[in-house]
Amino acid sequence: MDRIAETFTRVRGENRAAFIAYICAGDPDFETSVAAADALFESGVDILELGAPFSDPLADGPTNQLAAQRALSAGMRSADVFALVRRIRERWQKPIVIYTYYNLVFARGVEDYVREAREAGVDGLLTLDLPPEEAGELCAASRAANLHNIFIMAPTTPEERMPRIADAASGFIYYVSREGVTGEQESLSSDIGDAMQRIRRHSGLPVVVGFGVSRAEHVRAVAQVADGVVVGSALVNCVAEEPRDASSIANRLRARMRDLIVGLR
Amino acid sequence: MIPSHASRRAPRFNLPDERGRFGPYGGMYVPETLMSALYELESAYRAAMADPEFRAELDTELREFAGRPTGLYHARNLSAELGGAKIYLKREDLLHTGAHKINNCLGQVLLARRMGKKRVIAETGAGQHGTATAAACARFGLECVIYMGAEDMRRQALNVFRMRLCGAEVRGVEAGQKTLKEAINEAMRDWVTHVRDTHYVLGTVYGAHPYPMMVREFQSVIGNEARAQILELEGRLPDEITACVGGGSNSIGLFFAFLDDPGVRLVGVEAGGRGMTPGDHAARFAGGRVGVLQGCKTFILQNEDGQIDLTHSVSAGLDYAAVGPEHAYYRDRGRIEYAYATDDRVMEAFQLLCRTEGIIPALESTHAIAYAMDRAPEMGRDEVLLINLSGRGDKDVQEVAQVLESAR
Repeated sequence: MDRIAETFTRVRGENRAAFIAYICAGDPDFETSVAAADALFESGVDILELGAPFSDPLADGPTNQLAAQRALSAGMRSADVFALVRRIRERWQKPIVIYTYYNLVFARGVEDYVREAREAGVDGLLTLDLPPEEAGELCAASRAANLHNIFIMAPTTPEERMPRIADAASGFIYYVSREGVTGEQESLSSDIGDAMQRIRRHSGLPVVVGFGVSRAEHVRAVAQVADGVVVGSALVNCVAEEPRDASSIANRLRARMRDLIVGLR
Repeated sequence: MIPSHASRRAPRFNLPDERGRFGPYGGMYVPETLMSALYELESAYRAAMADPEFRAELDTELREFAGRPTGLYHARNLSAELGGAKIYLKREDLLHTGAHKINNCLGQVLLARRMGKKRVIAETGAGQHGTATAAACARFGLECVIYMGAEDMRRQALNVFRMRLCGAEVRGVEAGQKTLKEAINEAMRDWVTHVRDTHYVLGTVYGAHPYPMMVREFQSVIGNEARAQILELEGRLPDEITACVGGGSNSIGLFFAFLDDPGVRLVGVEAGGRGMTPGDHAARFAGGRVGVLQGCKTFILQNEDGQIDLTHSVSAGLDYAAVGPEHAYYRDRGRIEYAYATDDRVMEAFQLLCRTEGIIPALESTHAIAYAMDRAPEMGRDEVLLINLSGRGDKDVQEVAQVLESAR
């Protein structure tokens, strides 16, 4: 079963883009992440991106750095990230993608990491600091295990480089809407539509857009040109606010999702 | 047997390969946003090095601005005190801004200017690389931003002031343990955000390709000079060469010219800190294993999950969880050996060199002196031990005073 492909087929049938939500696994603790995932899926999220907390997240802005620190302080380990996916799978069959850094994969053994992820019910990996040049081992292991490898294209990716990324990618392609790290922002770049056209010349995969998408009008703008919209820091900030008990966090996430998801329709 | 040097053989070690690999180490592990900048940098670097005008300009700057060549000094008193090998010090401490870092900064800042970049960023640990970058940017009129861990800003306050005097903006980094690793994370975040107009002057043989190769080339002037100087002074090559290893740029810079001289033993000295308990040291080869951090695959201090360990060293410049990938390769091949020196021994060595030779060494470089305290007495009086004195210790005097005071 390919949950990711089915999801994009389904939302296309509904004539809309997919909503992809990012939170950090174990922020602020394991049980709260279960409640947060429930709240997000109940609010209409199509794909969940779970960040694996890493000590040195160099592609992330302050919001996600602090989230990773909270999760690590709560004792979140790679095994717990997989256990969290297993727990979420008890209720939900929507796609789950792990957003990670390569050292976490490498330290566990690439094949073991891929196998454990697949067994837990993960559908894809997005490894922030792993360009296709270095991804041979992970791609081979993932193909053997039927796990998708999502790759990033950036505004600085020249068109002649796109075929190489498209060859390595499966599931979908993640376009980062700006040069920079993750985090909320006021306004979106205006040339996302052009980027979508360039990418689609080289890949038939769905293309989603993230980094800085934090308001309903951003969601609306991206949904008009892309196959999916990723919202991260805006949701992580809902987790970060006090009080940090599970029901307060779930309520804030639901409220925020109500605001954001109107951009999809 | 000492090999003949009349005709240089083809080098045995012709690395990295075209993918930026030193055997299994190195590579390009960065976010996609930076990939085209790294390719652009590599091709600009290769074009510059093939351009006689660029090399001539760099040589002029190294001579007139930085003060090259540096001397090779026979440390007679230190040799006599330790009672063994004849000790020579390569005096990189006498360079402008106080350490070998300026060799690389001049090369990279000239390259940045050639690439049309208006803005330069850098990380710094001890502040030597930051100071050298700030000075080179002042010299060539480029905007300069330095990232430095807040803890390092405290213990290297003099260098913070020097950078600001040269017109650099110093941005403190409060994340994690507030030292070099966090400063690199923040510099990379800046670079991802401003990649089109900014050049990142990485300060050591670390990070994604082409940095380890490029920084090695800019630092190899150390070994090229030292090799010619020792042949001139002694009529032969040294028996052993040693240098401290943080990221590993002063050591590679010295060792590189001697890699093909099998009679010369090469020893890198890491920071042993308070001892070999995880979190108490920065001896990557003694306590680490292979992983991927901040752009490359190499030896890293980490837990079994792949989270990066805390580190400790009395010297901010060696206080880092990973080591340059080329070092990992030579270590596997047995061409370079690695030892470590603890903070306590470093404090003894610091005072020894001041007392015997009137030279105040940087705490980083003092790790090589501390190694020599143990090693020189084991060697014969006719043997030669060459030490890279990679930096001077003015910046450390206050910190040393505090450490000695609290030990009393």
